[in-house]
Amino acid sequence: MAEVITMLALSPTMDEGTLAEWTIKEGDVVEEGQVIAEVETDKATMEMESFFEGTLLKLLVAAGDAVPVGDAMAIVGEAGEDISALLKELEGGGAAAPAQADEAPAEELPAEDAADDGAAAAKPAKGGASDGRVKSSPLARRMAEDAGIELSEIEGSGPSGRVIKRDVEAAMESQGAKKAAPAPKAASAAASADGLAAGTQVPLSQMRKTIAKRLQSVWQSTPHFTLTMDIDMAAAMAKRKEINAGLKAANINAKVSVNDMIVKACAVALQEYPAMNVSYQDDHLLQFDEVHVGVAVAIEEGLITPTIRFANEKGLRKISEEVRELAGRAQDKKLKPEEYTGGTFTVSNLGMFGIDHFMAIINPPQAGILACGAVKKTPVVNDDGELEVGTRMKVTLSCDHRAVDGATGAEFLTHVKRLLETPLLLMV
Amino acid sequence: MRKILFREALREAMVEEMERDDSVFLMGEEVAEYNGAYKVSQGMLDQFGAKRVIDTPIAELGFAGLGIGAAMVGLKPIVEMMTFNFAILALDQVVNTAAKMRYMSGGALSCPIVIRGAGGAGGALGAQHSQSLEAQYAHIPGLKVMMPATPYDAKGMLKTAIRDPDPVIFIEGEILYGTEGEVPEEEYLIPMGKGDIKRGGKDVTLIAWSRMVHLCLDAAEELAKEGIDAEVIDLRTIRPFDREMIAESVKKTNRAVIVEEGWPMASVGGAVSDWIARELFDYLDAPVGRIHQRDVPMPYAYNLEAATLPKVEDVIAAVKKATYTKS
Repeated sequence: MAEVITMLALSPTMDEGTLAEWTIKEGDVVEEGQVIAEVETDKATMEMESFFEGTLLKLLVAAGDAVPVGDAMAIVGEAGEDISALLKELEGGGAAAPAQADEAPAEELPAEDAADDGAAAAKPAKGGASDGRVKSSPLARRMAEDAGIELSEIEGSGPSGRVIKRDVEAAMESQGAKKAAPAPKAASAAASADGLAAGTQVPLSQMRKTIAKRLQSVWQSTPHFTLTMDIDMAAAMAKRKEINAGLKAANINAKVSVNDMIVKACAVALQEYPAMNVSYQDDHLLQFDEVHVGVAVAIEEGLITPTIRFANEKGLRKISEEVRELAGRAQDKKLKPEEYTGGTFTVSNLGMFGIDHFMAIINPPQAGILACGAVKKTPVVNDDGELEVGTRMKVTLSCDHRAVDGATGAEFLTHVKRLLETPLLLMV
Repeated sequence: MRKILFREALREAMVEEMERDDSVFLMGEEVAEYNGAYKVSQGMLDQFGAKRVIDTPIAELGFAGLGIGAAMVGLKPIVEMMTFNFAILALDQVVNTAAKMRYMSGGALSCPIVIRGAGGAGGALGAQHSQSLEAQYAHIPGLKVMMPATPYDAKGMLKTAIRDPDPVIFIEGEILYGTEGEVPEEEYLIPMGKGDIKRGGKDVTLIAWSRMVHLCLDAAEELAKEGIDAEVIDLRTIRPFDREMIAESVKKTNRAVIVEEGWPMASVGGAVSDWIARELFDYLDAPVGRIHQRDVPMPYAYNLEAATLPKVEDVIAAVKKATYTKS
């Protein structure tokens, strides 16, 4: 009996995955649990295992194809087994439809509709149909056309992935900035639509789509406020130098970065100011029992926040090792979902690019993110009113004002400052 | 406002029109001495005498023809069919003569007749006595078809039907005769071809007529509990149906479910669905839903009859499908 291998939800937020490559080919014998494909999810490239054993009879999708979760990818069965009926069913003909329509109260439903009612087994192989057609409601088509959005760019939430009104509305929302005022029809009919300069269309990666959707949503739904502060990093820099020299002298292959110290400082401060270690939920405030700090890491296709779990309980060296290891795997898109989710706070650092000061958007469902600029030599006025050269870093804390007030954020930030200005506190 | 029964509202309409216009008269089986099989014409014989409230033999083809002939020479007959199940016998007169007289005479003859009576399911009356046959009349050019759902509509619509210069088929839901509703004392008319929004809503348009309007209102109440806001529109006139009202509603809700008591094939719901699909295509977010009687002769047994007719749960399921709501 042939079995259909379908796209699995390999991450909590994944709606579809892009097949990176098959690691098997038609005719191969597959064991249960054997890795058969690499799938690019919205966050990482994951290995996909087979739940079935047998001979791989048919590959239904090719590398590069985006496959919605639950859609068929391959067929496994006995060598030489006739799978023509199964293939036909997968290609969109619901064999079970007539029998079902007979029982339904509305016998006159069009065939397509009856097929929608059918079990998921009768789903077409890919997207809406094998011919590349995007299944959509007439209204959704008109709305998408008016808004200048490609239907194929929209994830359909209707039967068999049909793009419907709410999907277009969601897409319009996420493109809101780009299309603030709907261009008059006459204008969009002109040769170069919307007066955009010529360019090359770069397809959106799953990760880029997810970033766009999530940040758009958090920016619109979460009232942000920001607090900026100068931190005197002279002591921290000196301590770091000391630590790294010590590690080197002891022949330990480790190196603590400024960012590691910031992560540690935030973790300790979060532990001491639990009012900052929270998440705004619709009907309550969730105060986390644990401290997990996400570290924003830029990778080729976007960014991801590997999470240092229980960062408050870990030493600088351990934090440093974990950040380096996770960031490395993030670059290769090899992080597992549990390694980039579950953070309670995030640190984002653009200091290495020479950025002095910036403001980061909160990483939901967290209530805060700390944006760190470069550590710089800068003129400062000392306590005696004299000008001298100081070592400063500007940090900006973005808070979800629904969960955190200005004073809470300020107290937290002051403690972060105290910890970094007295780095010995990070060690105890 | 005072409340009266559906059957009383119909009687008031006939009485008022007969008082207003001497050419209006009522004929049919048992309308006079017996006061009407469903007591719609109670007391009318006493008020208007045997010349204007006329008992006929059980001969639908004959007395329908008589009424049509009377209409062609200037009278305004109301012909009561004991039920529309029996009016099938008079179809030749209705379809071939009444409907076509204006056309075939080049406008020289008109046929201002109202053929009215009970239609739809009764309550364990069996396959030959519980049929919704409005589609066979709506099919014919030259006929107008009206089906009220409330006493208020019944009175205002029947008065309009009686004054109409063309043949009007007026079908009264049999189960509605004993329902009560507000009807004002003062005179009013409900225009031919004008529907009514029985309940406003924004998420889906439920389109019904006659008894199914009440089913839809019940379904809408249930749906409201789940946060789905259904608009219930009553066509009232089946032919011509109120396209403007449907368009306005579907443009707002983007979804339509048509609920009818009759069979699915070549039906009124089918025609309305077709019109929506073609004229409002770009406003639809889901296929037009249709709920109707099972495509079988009406069973005699109570439980099977109920199983055959549209139910509130059917409407709810169709609405959830049209709104892509998981149930």
